[in-house]
Amino acid sequence: MTTRIVELRRGILKKNDELAAGLRDRYTTAGVLVLNLVSSPGTGKTAFLERTLTGLKAHGARVAALVGDLETDNDARRLASSGAPVRQINTHGICHLDAEMISHHLDGWELADLDYLFIENVGNLVCPSSYDLGEKIRVALLSVTEGEDKPLKYPTMFNSADAAVLTKIDLAVPCEFNRAEAIKNINEIRPGIRIFETSAKTGAGMDEWLAYLAEERARRA
Amino acid sequence: MHELSIVASIVDSVTESLAPYPGAQVKEVRLRVGALSSIVQESLDFCYGIGTDGTALQGSRLVVDILPVIIHCKPCDRDVTLDGVQSFRCPLCGEPSMDLRQGREMDIDSIEIEDEAEVKA
Repeated sequence: MTTRIVELRRGILKKNDELAAGLRDRYTTAGVLVLNLVSSPGTGKTAFLERTLTGLKAHGARVAALVGDLETDNDARRLASSGAPVRQINTHGICHLDAEMISHHLDGWELADLDYLFIENVGNLVCPSSYDLGEKIRVALLSVTEGEDKPLKYPTMFNSADAAVLTKIDLAVPCEFNRAEAIKNINEIRPGIRIFETSAKTGAGMDEWLAYLAEERARRA
Repeated sequence: MHELSIVASIVDSVTESLAPYPGAQVKEVRLRVGALSSIVQESLDFCYGIGTDGTALQGSRLVVDILPVIIHCKPCDRDVTLDGVQSFRCPLCGEPSMDLRQGREMDIDSIEIEDEAEVKA
C-alpha cells in the first residue's frame, strides 16, 4: 500500500458558492435587490416582512418573497395578504436555505419584473450563516425580547450581516431592554453596521428602513 | 445542526477528487476552518461517522485545523490576529475593523489516501 497526500484546497461548500454566484449574476442582470433575512425563531421576521412588503407596494415598488420553514405554509399565507407574490420553501428538517432551493423556487418568476426580492430564512442564528444565497444584503434581526448579548453569543451571523434590525421595540420598556448595550454589542461584532430600530406593530422605524431599501436599490441593484 | 449537510458536501467533494485514483482508500481528511465558520467540531466529528458510512471515506480520520480571525488594522497598517470572535478591534490600538483577512474559511485542505493501484503496478 502506498500512502500519499493529495492537496485539494477547495471550499467545502463550493457547489453552493458556485450556484450562489450564478444567482447573484442573475439578480444583478435583472436589476432586483435581493435581501436575506436571518434571525432566531420568534424574532418577528414575518411580521417585519409583512410590513415591509406592504410599505414598498404602497410606494409602487414591485416586490416578492421566498419564505423558508421546516414545515407549514403559514408564513407564505400571511405574507401573501400583502398582495405580493410569495412562495414557501419547506426544508423538511434542514436548518437553513441553500442556493439550490432558491434557484428551484424561483422557477417561473421573471426577476426583471421585480424591484425587491426578500428571502426569509429558516429561524436559526447558526446554520444559515454558511450558505450564500447570492443576496446583496444580509439582514440580521434581533428582538428586544431576546437579550442584548445575542450578537456576542452568535457572532458569526452578526459579523456576516450587512444590516441589523431591532424588532418589537414597542416592547422595549416592559422587557427592560437595554438599547445602548444591544447596539454596543452589535457594533463590537460588526463594526460600522447600519442598525434599524423597528416595530411591526406600531410602524416605528419603518420609514427609515424603507428609505434605506430605496437607497440601496438605487445604488446596488 | 448543519454539520450533517457539511459532511455530505465533504463526501461529495472528496469522492469527486478520487477519480484519478481508482480503488484508493481515504485515510485522512484535513479541513481548514476559520473561527467564524460556525462549525462545531464535536458535532462535526459525530456527523462524520454517520455521513461517511458506506462511502470511500468510511473509517477515515477527520482533522480540523482552526484558523483564528485576522483583521487588517488601518491605523497600525498591519494584519493582526484576534484572540476570539467577541470583538473586532485591533488588539494593539483598539480601532474596530471589518477588513477581514482570515476567519471565514471552510476548506478541504488535503486528503491522505492509500492507493491500491500503485501496489498492483
